[in-house]
Amino acid sequence: MSELHFPWLEISILFPLLGAAWVSRLRDPDLARKWSLAFSGAAFLFAVGAWLDFEFIHGLEHQSEHRSLFTYWLEHEVLHDIFVIDSLGAPLFPLVALLYFLTTLTTLRTKVKRFSFALTLFSEAVLLATFSCQEQLAIIGLLAVGTLPPFLELRARGQSTRVYVLYMTLFIGLLILGWSFVEWEGRDKTIHTWWAIVPLLGAVLVRCGIAPFHVWMTDLFERATFGTALLFVTPIVGAYAAVRLVLPIAPDWVLQGMGLISLFTAVYAAGMCLVQRDSRRFFCYFFLSHSALVLVGLEAVTTISLTGALCVWLSVGLSLGGFGLTLRALESRCGRLSLVEYQGHYPHTPNLAMCYCLTGLASVGFPGTLGFVGAELLVDGIVTAYPLVGIAVVVAAALNGIAVVQTYFRLFTGTTYVSSVSLQIRMRERFGVLALAALILIGGLAPQFNVASRHQAALDIQSHRASISTTPTNHPSGAHDGEPLEHP
Amino acid sequence: MFTQETIIQALGLTVVGAPLTLVVVLGVPTLLGRPLHERVIGRLVQSAIGIGLLAALVVLGLMLSTGARYLPVRVGNWVLIHDYHFSIKFVFDRLSVPFVILSFLLCGTIGAFGNKYMHRERGFNRFFMFYAVFVLGMIITSLAGTIETLFTGWELVGLSSALLVAFYQERPSPVRNGLHVWCVYRISDAALLIASVVLHHLKGGGDFYALVGTEQWPAGHAEVSSYYALVVGLLLLLAAAGKSALVPFSGWLPRAMEGPTPSSAVFYGALSVHLGAFLLLRISPILDLSPWLGAAVMSVGLLSALFSAYTGRVQTDIKSALSFASLSQVGIIVAEIGFTSLFIYFTKYDSIGYVFRYITLIHILGHGCLRTLQFVRAPTLLHDYRIMENAIGERLPRVSSGFWGRLVADNIQPWLYRLALERGYLDAWLYGYLVHPLLRVFRTCDTLERKWTDLLSGEIAAERKPPEIVPEPLEQLL
Repeated sequence: MSELHFPWLEISILFPLLGAAWVSRLRDPDLARKWSLAFSGAAFLFAVGAWLDFEFIHGLEHQSEHRSLFTYWLEHEVLHDIFVIDSLGAPLFPLVALLYFLTTLTTLRTKVKRFSFALTLFSEAVLLATFSCQEQLAIIGLLAVGTLPPFLELRARGQSTRVYVLYMTLFIGLLILGWSFVEWEGRDKTIHTWWAIVPLLGAVLVRCGIAPFHVWMTDLFERATFGTALLFVTPIVGAYAAVRLVLPIAPDWVLQGMGLISLFTAVYAAGMCLVQRDSRRFFCYFFLSHSALVLVGLEAVTTISLTGALCVWLSVGLSLGGFGLTLRALESRCGRLSLVEYQGHYPHTPNLAMCYCLTGLASVGFPGTLGFVGAELLVDGIVTAYPLVGIAVVVAAALNGIAVVQTYFRLFTGTTYVSSVSLQIRMRERFGVLALAALILIGGLAPQFNVASRHQAALDIQSHRASISTTPTNHPSGAHDGEPLEHP
Repeated sequence: MFTQETIIQALGLTVVGAPLTLVVVLGVPTLLGRPLHERVIGRLVQSAIGIGLLAALVVLGLMLSTGARYLPVRVGNWVLIHDYHFSIKFVFDRLSVPFVILSFLLCGTIGAFGNKYMHRERGFNRFFMFYAVFVLGMIITSLAGTIETLFTGWELVGLSSALLVAFYQERPSPVRNGLHVWCVYRISDAALLIASVVLHHLKGGGDFYALVGTEQWPAGHAEVSSYYALVVGLLLLLAAAGKSALVPFSGWLPRAMEGPTPSSAVFYGALSVHLGAFLLLRISPILDLSPWLGAAVMSVGLLSALFSAYTGRVQTDIKSALSFASLSQVGIIVAEIGFTSLFIYFTKYDSIGYVFRYITLIHILGHGCLRTLQFVRAPTLLHDYRIMENAIGERLPRVSSGFWGRLVADNIQPWLYRLALERGYLDAWLYGYLVHPLLRVFRTCDTLERKWTDLLSGEIAAERKPPEIVPEPLEQLL
């Protein structure tokens, strides 16, 4: 098969960047929405191209041959390998682009004036660059820059930025501090001191919203637009930072200790979901529980738990992205949604109700959906690493399942909502709903490809940790050791 | 050439494929916002159930003619990586085949009944969508050859049940009860998942063949220690208790009567309520290893039977009365399972014990048919009573309190009556000692977090401020 050597990666980052510059000059919000849709759509197509290129044409061994626009233009060797797609980032890259595209697509006119498309495109470019970056300093720089768009939006909306600034400053400060020690001790060194590990771990915990560093997230959801908050958290960029910055240098026992804190957060956030009175705070805690589970899986650092965590990362990104967009669509029609009384929206928006149910259940790993096998792997892996305490994962999943159905009943049933205008789903929202449903169900019914690619990524992560890890690679669950499990 | 194995494989896949196809065919138009016409739905349901039933009967015929007692249908590995595999396997044996046939028969009956009962109902398509998911879940659970496959069907049954309880969703009461049912099911699912993980680690896989031995049901010898048998068995008992509404989870069963009569009949009278007992029968060799476990199963069953026999006497509506009657039989069935395990453990007369298991299975089949009949007859029964009373011009004579009324002192009877009416205060205990304290803790945490955020931000959170009026013209919604 001929290789195209087409710079998919760079163009998919460049498009939203150019789009941000173009859209920022437009005064008409409708026109801005249309142009940003075009740019983010193009970015999504190129992102899919990059992923297909990696999976089916190039593969890992051809990365060094991957022609980079930067090399072509600047003739600078150092920049050659900055944007490189690998087994970890390959599916995350188009996932991020898809989330941005769907968010822009499903923005109704009621939200158009309040949602900044230019900032959204800019943050898309930064996030795509982050997920295609392997150079740690560049990742730190991009993570820091990525915190700007929500801050600018909060300021533009006249909202208090204190909580956000406080925690993001802490996050960036810890990143810089930790990495400074890594550089000072020597990057090639396999075992680093506490001075390097603890700040980086702390930064990851802050960014992922692990208790007690999570209040900035609830504050962001309350103050920013739903779309901006959703896009800022759903890709779980903190987990990416954990994989690139922390996992290569932290020993197993440190990670497993942090895993217990993440496990506590998963259960705590799941419980908090049940008592929320506002849909945005509910979504925030719901997301927190899932992102904590992803971190637990990463921090358990067995092959199965890593594979499960990477699978769940993908399924959570997709399903919670869809879940959030459904809530956002409902909010566009009815304003801020209360979870205290029944709303009864089902007769007006049955498709949104179905999407809500489907994406919510997919996020908790319901059978037949994208998250099922990943959740099974995650539970299996975590129970291996934490035999008794690991049962808490099941408790968190059960509570999350209850929370989804509870809020579904609150928002869509219990009474009859009276409206003088049609609240029916729009064509572009229907497209978004169907696209998400198709991905969730097809991915759920045929999970082998996804699981195999995540397993490969897990093995790659473990091989990078081989020098400091005490956990054997390819550690099987059950009695088998290093041999494929026999067919029953 | 068509070998017997190929034929069995094709038939087995047809049995599962028929309800799966029904789900897809009903689900896709629903997702596209173009639900099918009532008549088309009715025909599709009939066809799917008919094809599935026919395939199951042919499998039964083949098993009887060849003398085969165990026919596995391996679909393959759904997921296979170096360290983990998730295989899909269905098993046709003396436990699963009768249950599958019962499921198809009763679901087919209810499908036909529901086609008329739900005619012109606004949620006709929704009802049959959930019904299709339920049928699929039942078939998968019945035929599951691995614990993961069983878990898949278990969850499908749970979701469809909860959503059907909340079918009349314009009123808050069915929705509240639907949520209650879902909560109990999630506890049951969690227990089953934990048991599945433990078994996976003990045996390296979830195949029932490896878990309960190579002998066919009702025989079998599990190769685990009595300690692990107790742990796993108690988890599975908890899962079964939630699904079959055994004590202390019995409160959900009368609440589930909020749903349409067709779903009440098939779920809570006939099929879904027996799933717990089915699970215990499937893993009965594990129960045989621990007398404590057998005693626990028997105790839970007897307690549930006594509780429901007592509580059912004071119910004021026919469906609740029938639900408790159903539960009392399920309690007896579970007690039979526990008794059989104890019998095998202490006497070592395995062959007699296996006969008891057949009796339990026959009990399930008979009870399922009877209760379905009673549930679907219930709406017209009240109508018939009214006609009779109109004809004779007075109320029909009431049944006297009889033996128990003479036995219990007069001053205790109101207290007992109140206790029965409140269904043993089981729900009140669960809410008062488990649910509300937990929710109180989280609400306190929520309040503290909000205060902390307000302190850091220097202002009150947006949702507690007076609402801001944003002059958006309605036309912007169009």
